[in-house]
Amino acid sequence: MPTRRLRFGPGLLRGPGLTSGDALVLLLLVALLYAGVRLAFGAPRIIAGPSISTSPSALPWYAILSTARMTAAYVLSLAFSLAYGYAAARNRSARRILLPFLDVLQSVPILSFLPVVVLSLNAILPQAIASELAAILLIFTSQAWNMTFSFYQSMTTIPGELREAAAVFRLHPWLRFRVLELPFAAIGLVWNSVMSWAGGWFFLMAAEIFNVGDRDFRLPGLGSYLQTAAVAGDRRALVLGIVTLTLIIVVLDQLVWRPLLAWTDKFKVGTVEGGDAPTSWFLRALSRSWILDWLARHVSSPMAERADRLSRASADGPVQPLDVEPASRRPSIGLIFTAGVVAAAVLYGSIRTAALLFQLPWGAWGELALGLLATFGRVAASLLLALVWTVPVGVLIGTRPKLAAVLQPVVQVVASLPASALFPVLAVALLRVPGGLSAAAVLLMLMGTQWYLLFNAIAGAAAIPADLRQTTELLRLSWVDRWRTLILPALFPYLITGAITASGGAWNASIVAEHLRYGGRQFATLGIGAIIARATAEGAYPLLLAGTLIMVLTVVGINRTLWRRLYVLAEQRYRLE
Amino acid sequence: METRTATTTRPVMEATDLVRLRRVSKIYGDDAKRFVAVEDVDLDIRVGEFVCLLGPSGCGKSTLLRIITGLSSPSLGTVLYRGQPLLGVNPHATIVFQTFALYPWLTVLENVAIALKARGVPADARREKALHLIDTVGLDGFESAYPRELSGGMRQKVGFARAMAVEPELLCLDEPFSALDVLSAEALRGELMELWLNKVIPTRAILMVTHNIEEAVQMADRVVVMGKTPGRILTVIPVTLRHPRHRKDTAFQGIVDAVYAAVAGRTRPEAETLTQATRKLPRARLNAIAGLTEKLALEGGRADFPRVAADLGMDLDDLLPVVEAGELLGFVTVQEADLLLTQLGRAYAEANILARKEMVAGRILRLPMIRWIYETLQQDDDHRVDKDYYLDRMRPDLGDLAEEQLEIAISWGRLAELFSFDSDTDELYLES
Repeated sequence: MPTRRLRFGPGLLRGPGLTSGDALVLLLLVALLYAGVRLAFGAPRIIAGPSISTSPSALPWYAILSTARMTAAYVLSLAFSLAYGYAAARNRSARRILLPFLDVLQSVPILSFLPVVVLSLNAILPQAIASELAAILLIFTSQAWNMTFSFYQSMTTIPGELREAAAVFRLHPWLRFRVLELPFAAIGLVWNSVMSWAGGWFFLMAAEIFNVGDRDFRLPGLGSYLQTAAVAGDRRALVLGIVTLTLIIVVLDQLVWRPLLAWTDKFKVGTVEGGDAPTSWFLRALSRSWILDWLARHVSSPMAERADRLSRASADGPVQPLDVEPASRRPSIGLIFTAGVVAAAVLYGSIRTAALLFQLPWGAWGELALGLLATFGRVAASLLLALVWTVPVGVLIGTRPKLAAVLQPVVQVVASLPASALFPVLAVALLRVPGGLSAAAVLLMLMGTQWYLLFNAIAGAAAIPADLRQTTELLRLSWVDRWRTLILPALFPYLITGAITASGGAWNASIVAEHLRYGGRQFATLGIGAIIARATAEGAYPLLLAGTLIMVLTVVGINRTLWRRLYVLAEQRYRLE
Repeated sequence: METRTATTTRPVMEATDLVRLRRVSKIYGDDAKRFVAVEDVDLDIRVGEFVCLLGPSGCGKSTLLRIITGLSSPSLGTVLYRGQPLLGVNPHATIVFQTFALYPWLTVLENVAIALKARGVPADARREKALHLIDTVGLDGFESAYPRELSGGMRQKVGFARAMAVEPELLCLDEPFSALDVLSAEALRGELMELWLNKVIPTRAILMVTHNIEEAVQMADRVVVMGKTPGRILTVIPVTLRHPRHRKDTAFQGIVDAVYAAVAGRTRPEAETLTQATRKLPRARLNAIAGLTEKLALEGGRADFPRVAADLGMDLDDLLPVVEAGELLGFVTVQEADLLLTQLGRAYAEANILARKEMVAGRILRLPMIRWIYETLQQDDDHRVDKDYYLDRMRPDLGDLAEEQLEIAISWGRLAELFSFDSDTDELYLES
């Protein structure tokens, strides 16, 4: 992966600072949250989760269930990305609304919504369906944004002459999408899909093991299997579960993602062969298949031909000049009406939210502030810990291709194990460590965040140009100077990208890391995640709303101020290109 | 292919105009950030004609080509095609692009066939026609290759095959040879002229954008010379030489000189410059002026503009700003298509590095913008002034160009060791 010289993390749409658009989006989120909490009032007090079997014979079924949830959410994310990205790129008025929305959504800690979403869905739907929907929705919200952003960015960076050629040769919208836009976006879309898929496991596991107090929202699946096994102290089942999960991840990587990555390499624009093209034995095997060849010739090609012909029939007429945006029609009555209704709903939601928040005693606010501070401290600690070990190791691997060849696959498999699946396992062991759950939570966050930093450190180290490295050698700089003048500045943009993703991951992890049920007993430590969990368990809705809101605002705020500034600095000052 | 009848000029078959532009302007941005790309252009392209749009980069020639093909709509004025106003992208025109604009994920065959597919040609006919065209441009055997496997020249052949697939009446070429190596470009030019002059292709007129003067004189029936800021037509030079045209011919060289004179003739001598406060600095590195004066000194103080360009391996695009800068400093003057070294220029060419610095410092301090920057810095207490201070005062006159102009001024000031720029604080400061 590092040879691709990609950085692993979300892109940024704009510079730092909050805008009025952001405020609007945040208000809308507040209204949505309020609606969720309002619904949650009706949630049953006691929710009996499914009984989870730890028998090995149940594993295949659980594995299928978990993978099916992932697939459903991914298909949803992909469809959303294409539609949203296309609309934002091709329509100026749509863009003005869609982009700020995307921008805020991608920095919101998704997992903080889990309690509100499962509670509200449980209030209106049977438990099994509600939890399924909540899980899929949650995975979707974790996957969709970076894919959407990638597709939008590809759409807007298609080289001018390729777009002009499409217009001059009169490709109609469908053909243009099939021949130009989708292929051009393919590489970014697939790389982001890989990232999203890996991230999705994290949220799926979290959703599958979510249970607080008398409310058991668990879903039958690998996550709940692992948790049940951990609580029961069934080591054999634990090992089997983790092996199964690893196996699924590796198999999907080999049979789906790697072939896709290798296949999309043909969509590279630019004629210089740079870096190693990803390869896949599976794709190579498939390309020799006669059956697939026959299918392509007799099924998919004629179908594509028919689709092209049908879409052409519906799109005859003059091709618009490229510098003229489709005439923005006057907003229709329906649109104005809808906007009015949404505005009213947002206003109502915000007012009611405020009213609900006023019910909270002052003491609760103090507790929330303290919890926020504690969680913030843990997030910072986990980031620092991750930096301390990932930077040297990343540089070691990144600057030695031979070592990278050996270690890279191992690191990838280990990293792709969702940390949330290991929480129950590790937490049981960590409860005995001094500092108890409070320290354990830091380690659990670290589990989830360190890989982003490691991958970026490797990528950054590998991207240092050989001539700069050799010059540094020739200058005989001391160890300290070499790090100060070359390695750290070169790594800086990569580390910032990694840290942005990692801190987002750490905040997310706090929701599941700060409380624990083990052997019928509840363990909780001081933290905003624990407060949200407790509020969910007790049905303390104002507290739940306040906790979620504070967390969202804090994370968005930190993103907008600290991270963006650093990102801009990194882009302007420390880019090696 | 029929025997070559290429020795005569292509006769004008019909008197009708294929394209007629009247008072066409293209303006980007609004009042505050206005940029006039093309101003007030009248141009006709007649049936049977090969027209070249020629000019330095930024003169709006590519914009004009896009207006003619309908890719871009004019802000003012009318575009008529066969007497009818042009609505949207012109279905009878096609473009061969500078960067080829092939879809890298499609094979040669698919790249050509896609143009036919978009017009609803059924699969079998599409394949047959595409194969025939690939054959015509001499790429048979490469149908299943991907563009990245081909050389630049071969890629552009695919570009031509694709353009011809739709049998355009008007073939537009946007610097089609400028991304190719010299030999491939020459070969491809010859092949295109053969197809065109022998009427192998149903094309009725060709419009080519280029900044290569010899290329224009070699191929075109008319060379339309454009100038910049704002982009407009300076003059039109007809080329009535018979094909094939030879670059060594005196008649050919005469026309080349005339075109050079037309392009370079608009640079203004120094005296005229100093009276104009808002005169723009040409985008040239002062180092290049040293190279130019040395070259002219070697040539005995006077040299043919085209020769200098060829000898220095520079495009017109690169050389023009350098000549302009040379004129501005009083080192060089232009007479017709000749470059002359002044007394001062000769002294500069013979001076050592330190003396050159001082000479340049003395000369550029005569330029109003540079002097103004220098004097404000001197008057400042700590001799540091924020970049925005200058930009704010330059914008009313220069608009969008302010940033670029300040950048050039800084680079000149740096070289002359008058003042410099601190990118950490975004300030200009006096060199002590």
